[in-house]
Amino acid sequence: MSYHDFRTMLIRLRAQFIKELLCILRDPRNRVVVFVPPLMQLLIFSYAATMEVRNLDIAVYNQDTGRAAQELVWHLEAARFIAQVHHVHSNTALREQLAEGKVIAAIAIPADFSRTVAVSGSGHAQVLVDGRRSNSGQIVVGYLSSIARDIRFTADTAPIPETSVTVRHWFNPNLVYLWFMVPGLTGTLAFFSALMITALSIARERELGTFDQLLVSPASTLEIILSKSLPALTISTLLALLMITLAIWFFRIPFTGSFGLLLIGLVLFILSAVGIGLVISAISMTQQQAILGGFVIGVPTVLISGFATPVENMPLLLQWLAQAIPLTHFLIIIEGCFLKALPPRDVLANLWPLAVIAFTMLPIAMIFARSRLQ
Amino acid sequence: MKSASGQEKSIVVRRFDPARFVALVRKESLQAMRDPSTLLIALVLPLILLFLFAYAVSLDVRHVRIGVVLESPGATARTLADAFSGTHYLDVTFAYDRREVVGKLIAGELRGYVVIPQNFERHFADTGSPLVQIITDGSQPNTANFVANYAQGVVQTWMANLTGTIPMPAVQLEPRYWFNPELASRRALVPGAIAIIMTIIGTLLTALVVAREWERGTMEAILSTPASVLEILVGKLLPYFVLGMLSTLIAAALAAFLFDVPLRGSLFALLVLSAVFMMPALGQGLLISSLARNQFLASQLALFSGYLPAFMLSGFLFEIDAMPAPIRAITWLIPARYFVSSLKTIFLAGDVWSVFLPDLLGMATIGLIFFLIAQRYTRKSLE
Repeated sequence: MSYHDFRTMLIRLRAQFIKELLCILRDPRNRVVVFVPPLMQLLIFSYAATMEVRNLDIAVYNQDTGRAAQELVWHLEAARFIAQVHHVHSNTALREQLAEGKVIAAIAIPADFSRTVAVSGSGHAQVLVDGRRSNSGQIVVGYLSSIARDIRFTADTAPIPETSVTVRHWFNPNLVYLWFMVPGLTGTLAFFSALMITALSIARERELGTFDQLLVSPASTLEIILSKSLPALTISTLLALLMITLAIWFFRIPFTGSFGLLLIGLVLFILSAVGIGLVISAISMTQQQAILGGFVIGVPTVLISGFATPVENMPLLLQWLAQAIPLTHFLIIIEGCFLKALPPRDVLANLWPLAVIAFTMLPIAMIFARSRLQ
Repeated sequence: MKSASGQEKSIVVRRFDPARFVALVRKESLQAMRDPSTLLIALVLPLILLFLFAYAVSLDVRHVRIGVVLESPGATARTLADAFSGTHYLDVTFAYDRREVVGKLIAGELRGYVVIPQNFERHFADTGSPLVQIITDGSQPNTANFVANYAQGVVQTWMANLTGTIPMPAVQLEPRYWFNPELASRRALVPGAIAIIMTIIGTLLTALVVAREWERGTMEAILSTPASVLEILVGKLLPYFVLGMLSTLIAAALAAFLFDVPLRGSLFALLVLSAVFMMPALGQGLLISSLARNQFLASQLALFSGYLPAFMLSGFLFEIDAMPAPIRAITWLIPARYFVSSLKTIFLAGDVWSVFLPDLLGMATIGLIFFLIAQRYTRKSLE
């Protein structure tokens, strides 16, 4: 290719890039919908997505009139994670409250509770837990047990021997869930944005019949693929940068790592999402197929990436599959750059898979874009 | 036929014609079935999603990788270190210097480590209590909590075995987990996943199909026929209603027979709940399409107002009670919230109508509001 050819190619590419960008941003409603909903989702979901347990109601059926039982109830009412203690007066009512989901746990204190405490120093109470909320239920049992452990009914009860165990949580000393969620959401929302914008790009032209015209134009397939990937790459990278800005200045999440490395990771990540979107788009004949295809690929991808639940909890086969997903690697990079000051070596270990995914997807998209012509 | 009164002239009153309606439904059904992507989303996606919610999205922590740094050469310290390897909840890597594990913690290869320091034996001989430091990877708060609690538990059990006396707390709680005694998070997640699948079919698919008609101008064409707006809209939605119900039945069968989630309630209640949930789901799809009128906009709106809120704000994965008050208020507007609560109950608890009735009311109200607004916007374009 001579210098002249290269120059005309760049001019053509520039024109196509502007055309593609206008295609998406020409409609003022599109301009809004590309940026505003993802940013709103970040604000809402960051606060919504929490595995912490607080503000829950429990029910108590106290059959005992003694002092020890009353003291137990007081301790429950004072517990910080409990919003309200519902007092009921029969076992049926206790079960009803639980079945109807009004309370997450129901405690039955037997009639001989205080007497048993007086005789043996220790009493029993049954806790019924709503298994429909299995995760929160387990945490609630943990909290209730620690309340039960700390109660002293008489001054002379021998304290349980203390162990000198100290716990320190690195990177996030108070285990603020928001610090974990905001970087993860940034990656997930940017991924969906890039995937959906590119998924539509070729499919829209196919549906309108203009893609055939594009293929017979002087532009090469490489140019077409490049011009289709650049707008989403620009828009979604910008969107992700806006979200990172919000994370730092609005959510006040400490940023300890290297911004340059995060930026490289971000561009490669968006490029691999764009690659996947282009393959979907090149296979699809209509916009509907492209969008639904984007969903069928996008939704499982996010689930396996470890965004909602850790990859370590998954079966081995899915753990391997997770390695082929761009979001898995980007989550490690972005969470590491925010909280862990992730060293370059560890960032690099997750950068090259992103590059591999991006540069295998783009040629595949080129092959499909052409072969579907017949 | 023209209306006699002058004021009603602008609103053309059309009579319901069963033959025309059947023809409309037939046309829409054929159109829906012709595109293979419809079947992909109605049959293949539920299978994939249920499988993932059953096996991939697991809150049950197993085999968490931790390090145990044994800096003390003593025999007592050795037994404590061994105590950590005896459980399948932890996957222990032993080390003799904490520098060996710090890098692994940062890289995410370990989720925490336990240090048994050099002066462990002397401290234990002096005070009778073990000196142990637990470090966790706080960047994953849920796992960090588990590591801290579980490691403390291991130390306590080890102490109890060593001294031979198990300390008696003043109150001993006997927890019993109702509805889900094995505490498999799968059992709570799979029913909720049905709400997400139905949201995708009802909202996304409908929004796309109707938006395409607007985009191509065929919606205007069909609105100019003698059929009434209501007939057209119902005719358009009916095939997707049937598709959604079919998909629910398939998902319920998969949940019960393949994923080992019991259906303790009745099939009748499940059908009633699903049918009523299709109202807000379809209504939202219709509303999105009549506002957006192009497929790109419709898909973005369906994604950000339908699918993602159903996933994040429905109580499917994250506890609604634990959210801040303004966000709890927003969840009341999410139809999936009501459906998830009822689905978990019908699968795990049974027919509890005192749960279902408020949920049904919530879904029906939201559905009605969506339909009224959508109808208004559709009619407006006629003028």
